[in-house]
Amino acid sequence: MKRYISILSLAAVVAVIQLGSTLCGREYYLTQLTMAAYYSLVAVGLCMLMGYAGQISLGHAAFFAIGGYTTAVLTTMNLQAHTSSRIVSLLVQCGLAKPGTDLYGVAQLSLSPWIALGGAGIITVVIAIIIGIPVLKLKGHYLAMATLGFGIIVYRITLGTGLFGQADGISGVPQFTIVPGIAIGGGFANKVINYYIAWVMVICGMLLLLNLIDSRVGRALKSIHGSEEAASAIGIHIPRYKLMVFIISALFASLAGVCLTHYNGGIGPSEAGVMKSVRYVAIVAVGGMANLWGTLIMSVLLNYLSLRGYFGSYDDAVFGAILIGIMLFAPDGIIKTIRTKVEARVKVKVRE
Amino acid sequence: MLEQTVQYILSGLTIGSIYAIAAIGYNIIYNATGIINFAQGEFIMVGAMTAITLSAFLPLPLAILFAVIITALLGALIEICCIRWLDRPSVLRMIIITIGLSILIREAALHIWDEKVRSLRFFTGNEVSSVSVFGAHISPQVLWVLGICALIVVLLNVFFKYTLTGRSIRACSSDKMAASLCGINTRNMVTLSFMLSGAIGALAGCVISPITQTQYDCGTHLAIKGFAVAVFGGLGNSMAAVAAGLIVGLLETFSITVMPLAYTDAISIAILLLVLFFRPSGLFGNREAGRLKEF
Amino acid sequence: MKIFKILGVTLLSMGMAISLSCAKKPAPQQVVKIGALFSVTGPASFLGAPEAKTVQMLVDQINMAGGVKGAKLEAVIKDTKGDPENAISFAKQLIEEEKVFAIIGPSTSGETMKIKNLCEEAKVLLVSCAAAEVIVNPLAKYVFKVPQKDSQAAIKIFETMKKMGISKIGVVSSNTGFGNAGKEQLEKLAPENSITILISEVYDKTATDLTGVLAKLKSKKVQAVVNWSIEPAQAIVAKNMKQLKMGVPLFQSHGFGNIRYVKEAGEAGEGIIFPCGRLLVADLLPADHPQKSVLTKYKTDYEAKYQEDVSTFGGHAYDALMVLVKSMETAGLDKEQVRMALENLKGFAGTGGVFNFSADDHNGLGLDAFEMLTVKDGKFALLEQK
Repeated sequence: MKRYISILSLAAVVAVIQLGSTLCGREYYLTQLTMAAYYSLVAVGLCMLMGYAGQISLGHAAFFAIGGYTTAVLTTMNLQAHTSSRIVSLLVQCGLAKPGTDLYGVAQLSLSPWIALGGAGIITVVIAIIIGIPVLKLKGHYLAMATLGFGIIVYRITLGTGLFGQADGISGVPQFTIVPGIAIGGGFANKVINYYIAWVMVICGMLLLLNLIDSRVGRALKSIHGSEEAASAIGIHIPRYKLMVFIISALFASLAGVCLTHYNGGIGPSEAGVMKSVRYVAIVAVGGMANLWGTLIMSVLLNYLSLRGYFGSYDDAVFGAILIGIMLFAPDGIIKTIRTKVEARVKVKVRE
Repeated sequence: MLEQTVQYILSGLTIGSIYAIAAIGYNIIYNATGIINFAQGEFIMVGAMTAITLSAFLPLPLAILFAVIITALLGALIEICCIRWLDRPSVLRMIIITIGLSILIREAALHIWDEKVRSLRFFTGNEVSSVSVFGAHISPQVLWVLGICALIVVLLNVFFKYTLTGRSIRACSSDKMAASLCGINTRNMVTLSFMLSGAIGALAGCVISPITQTQYDCGTHLAIKGFAVAVFGGLGNSMAAVAAGLIVGLLETFSITVMPLAYTDAISIAILLLVLFFRPSGLFGNREAGRLKEF
Repeated sequence: MKIFKILGVTLLSMGMAISLSCAKKPAPQQVVKIGALFSVTGPASFLGAPEAKTVQMLVDQINMAGGVKGAKLEAVIKDTKGDPENAISFAKQLIEEEKVFAIIGPSTSGETMKIKNLCEEAKVLLVSCAAAEVIVNPLAKYVFKVPQKDSQAAIKIFETMKKMGISKIGVVSSNTGFGNAGKEQLEKLAPENSITILISEVYDKTATDLTGVLAKLKSKKVQAVVNWSIEPAQAIVAKNMKQLKMGVPLFQSHGFGNIRYVKEAGEAGEGIIFPCGRLLVADLLPADHPQKSVLTKYKTDYEAKYQEDVSTFGGHAYDALMVLVKSMETAGLDKEQVRMALENLKGFAGTGGVFNFSADDHNGLGLDAFEMLTVKDGKFALLEQK
């Protein structure tokens, strides 16, 4: 029951922040909070993989990019030239391709983002399986390096392929109309609605993960994390569980990629970069590894500050310092460490 | 046609020698501690940057010498501040710490120096001089890189096999507890190995700087390639690292003939993944010995 | 119930952050905010760093001289690190929160394209410092750019080649937006200039050695090599070509406009031919040249203030800010008026050339903005054409 109360209070906080900023006439804070929410979706997914399944991934930005680039490519493709082809006309009839005009009055016939979303999901699962099976057999440095290598390959492909716009990335991605009137898009008028879309997604994601942790799967994962030998001795099929979590966290990243790409109206190769992956790891580490709430809070906070440019030219340095500081002094995450310290002090006082 | 092939081979050797010399540094810390130092690339960058700054008012050999010493001290500093006092840290923790270090050093370099590209003078000749082999050409600096590679490998082998300190470092690697029972100060040995790999990184940075040019963020790229090469050869084996570096360099160069240049990086990383999946002990590593390691 | 506490603390701190910034007081004197998005750090820092420095210097100078139309300028410079997502976030911030008058930058084409629609929607002037032609073609009402057009650089290069009797060339370009745009233009314009591109290769901007790809070019027996990139790696192309004894001329793009690259290339840089704005050869210009005074002043000011060589990249920021200031001086402080004034700005001498904007040309530079330069004794010199 507790987790529903937590989720409800999260929803309350989300609503209060929106109301507060609107009342204050400062709705523009919601822009970065929306973006931070999507990045947090990646972070909590990675938290599941790192904290609960104990597998580091230094290539998680790749899954974000796979989602983002899939939707960007599919929705910016202009099918106007192929209207005569049977597939295209079928798509139009089903309402899966929509004619329109772009900002400069050029006629466009673009695929529905729903197809893109489905496509991104399928591609992500397939790649996660292909990569996950061999990679998750590795341990320690080799696992880190293999995931890093996967991230680099995806980054290189986005940089080197004309279809993905090479270094410029893809721009002009249309908005994603979920139901008429509600669309994921970066227009100045849609801030509030987009804020809620993003946070509803985060809340659903959290609910899913929290339930997963408290289920049979979660308990199996905990035993794997504790000792793989012991886990397999009591009949837990380790590779299957690891792969499952890997796919779930890849899907979270990919979904975030799809949504943020529509929100931003484009995507660039920096989203697939090594530094991005390292950032996600840093956030999970600060949050306390096996601590979804800690990861969520730290992710929103750090991403929000970073996206608002508070760190200026020291942005990467801040993340580097956080990584070292946390791992040296508080490997259980900032919140837990502070709490144990405080609790210890309280206990001392009680004894006195 | 012959000239063409020879030219590709020479180009491959050029790139390969750069990877090889970057890879050697990994092995020393790995041999002593079982840690992969993700900040190794930054040693290369710091070494080269320091040497370039110093070479403005010092003769080249002295500048390089001081750069090597300074970087070695940096290595020691890192070990003392971030690693020495940790009590049996997990592999995950070490990975994250060294990644954090690499980011911090890189950002510090950006603010100490600036974003501009620099390079050290060519050791012999200049930008346009080249040595001719069967009608193909190679920069004399590449010969320097290869020569210094060979020198480092020989010296390291002698050091690890025949000197007491070197043997002590190896002892720490195979069993820390047993080593300390034999009276070896294991902590100092780890510090020493960080100094050593800092020094080798710096030397590598100086010798490749005329070819590759140096910028505050060049370390990451070299570190990734260096690691790939080190794994390819078999972690912990410097000789194998050099051979693997040259092989990867040749593969990359010949891949240019059949596919766009933009994908060469993806090729070498894909090779790395295949090695990790199918032969984690590396090309020249011993399968059985590889299994005994923690990984 | 610790989760309540945590959430409560977060809520409180965010509320405080909001209320704190609510309390910010407006400045007494009229201030015109100019937003600037530059990649001061990150992989494109060689563009962004001099640009940010230039803007800061110019704003200080303008304010010292009394500001624009009685208003002080304030530059709000944001470091995007070259990441489009940062550019988007910062652009929204500048537009909605800082309520900037106009935005200059970003440094790269990828970032500019991401915020082009945003600025158009918000009706905020954007004067980009990135080169790709897609920025102003298709034309957006509020989007301008100051660097010279890639196509004109390509035409300049081809014209010089024709004079030198070169018809078969090889092209190498870097895998950045700048390199790709240039490659595209070269391939498009080559046939009409009766030049054949025998081979075209793209290299990575972090490349460490390019002898392999140049050997491939050499085997095709090209008469000249065109290298189109803006990164430091272009000095490597020069060095490797000389080491391979290719013995054919090397043409560079206008991205070579940084004396640093010449220093890097050393002796290998001698004889490189490239089209460029006149900033680098300011002292070689005749005294009556319209750009002469502007160029020398900017060059001496910048070099005195920052103790480093001036580059054409910083010059783009100069042009972006100055065309804006010039339009504000003629049209006042109304955004729409300034946009009109900028569109009608004629004969403005900047560092990149003499700008003549019009309703369908938001770049304003013609072929004459370029001068063919070469490297002689480690310095830039005008190319003497036979």
